[in-house]
Amino acid sequence: MRLGLVVDLDKCVGCSACAIACKQWNTSGTSGSLTDYRPYGADPSGVFFNRIRHYETGNYPDSKTVHFPMSCMHCEEAACVTVCPTGASYKREEDGIVLVDPEKCMGCNYCAWACPYGARELDREEGVMKKCTLCVDRIYDENLPKEERKPACVMTCPTTARYFGDFDDPNSEVSIVSRKRDGQELFPELGYKPVNQYLSPRKKVEIKQHEISEPNLVRKVKDWVNKVVEL
Amino acid sequence: MHPAFSVIFFTVTSGAGYGLIALLCLLNFLYFGMLLDKSTFFICATVGSALFTMGLISSTFHLANPKNAWRAFMRFRTSWLAREGILAILFYPILFLYLFLVYIDFQIENFMFMQAYSFFIFLMSVLIIHCTGMIYACLKTIPQWNTFWTPINYITIGISLGSLILFFILDFNNYNVDPYKYYLLAAIAFSFFTKISYYISIRGSRHNIGQATNAAIKLKSTNVRLLDVGHTGGTFLTDEFGYKVAEKKLFRVKTFSIISGFLAPFTLIYIHSFVFESMLLCILAISLAFFGMVAERWLFFAQAKHVVNLYHGSQNV
Repeated sequence: MRLGLVVDLDKCVGCSACAIACKQWNTSGTSGSLTDYRPYGADPSGVFFNRIRHYETGNYPDSKTVHFPMSCMHCEEAACVTVCPTGASYKREEDGIVLVDPEKCMGCNYCAWACPYGARELDREEGVMKKCTLCVDRIYDENLPKEERKPACVMTCPTTARYFGDFDDPNSEVSIVSRKRDGQELFPELGYKPVNQYLSPRKKVEIKQHEISEPNLVRKVKDWVNKVVEL
Repeated sequence: MHPAFSVIFFTVTSGAGYGLIALLCLLNFLYFGMLLDKSTFFICATVGSALFTMGLISSTFHLANPKNAWRAFMRFRTSWLAREGILAILFYPILFLYLFLVYIDFQIENFMFMQAYSFFIFLMSVLIIHCTGMIYACLKTIPQWNTFWTPINYITIGISLGSLILFFILDFNNYNVDPYKYYLLAAIAFSFFTKISYYISIRGSRHNIGQATNAAIKLKSTNVRLLDVGHTGGTFLTDEFGYKVAEKKLFRVKTFSIISGFLAPFTLIYIHSFVFESMLLCILAISLAFFGMVAERWLFFAQAKHVVNLYHGSQNV
């Protein structure tokens, strides 16, 4: 299995619900807690597995805002696992999920340096590295109804911009949607083979620009009549 | 990249320590027992071991969870950090056995063996410095580090600092340093040459925001700008990777590191050797070289830009 996410950038409205749902589920999950620092202070900060950035591209009339959620890509060639000296970072053989074993992590930050996606964050209070677990404590939970065995971010997304599934299965939802919409990976040139795919925004309908031309005779007469009537 | 002082101190002192041991063993390999008397040899070995031990201890200060530091040797098959750690630990028994054999004059009857042993330690010291450099050089996410000049710089600077200390100890003990001073000047000049080559090789940006996002956004012809970073305060990512220094300050530190780390020691040793002999010049050269190398290592971090900055609004790294 090669589990991962697909994010549809056309559907994402940047509401951050996925980041909140992630924080809520995972703070009491296997990699919890997602520590907050000074949550009610002047400069609150904390650990997140999922962050949403917002970009704008182009100029009017071709301008566009793109909301860009990013979490661990569960790379096939995960550099974070390669560089980890302790063996705390590992990639699961059975489903490709990249995890951190907090019992082994020494908090050297080296894996975070190796990750181009900013997917890893050090928990300064616990002293260990934290990252997206793809909700490994949810997707295999047989106490949950089958349709709820998905990562919290996918479950909560109000616009269904997030898909979860097995990329090794050609008939899975993620494989189909990423094939149909030509799914893209981030930083392919680094060669880490990220599993997560992004669906690009589709081309917008072109907005016609109306040119202001010299008024013709009929227009001039109408304007004159309007003026007289107004008087 | 955020320059952590413990890491700067670690790379400079351990590099100098391994550099000194490497030279000492190379001297033994070439002229066993002919050049150094035992007491000088052991002074050098103690200074070298003290330097790299201080460095290694300092390197654990930046760990958030140091109680697991012993696990850092587990993944030596893939991780340069683990390789560095395991070699550094293995180096202790190997070096101590060597020192013991020198102490009991083992070379008198087993000259060839001790020569081979000396050469082995020389290679191992250089290899450890190489591993330290590769910790940084193997990261494709930081273009300013991801160059073969990085480990070369670490090795040449370690050797150059080690040479300075060795020169000082030899001179202080009234050895004839005539042949050695040419070598020392060459070592400093060579480290200077490799550092300048490094600076030339990292000029200009290698990744831009388009590379980071355009694959996904697929609007290749238009520019991409950050609208909102999505968090209200600083994060681990902004603390660790968002370290930015004004160009002017970078330039000042670079000028200082080049003058204090390379040009001043070279000039002072030259004056000491050929114009006016004074141990004060020698001490000044060593102190300036160390300050210069700390500045150089600080620059190595401060100048490095992680690609994640592209998602945080940098147009290029």
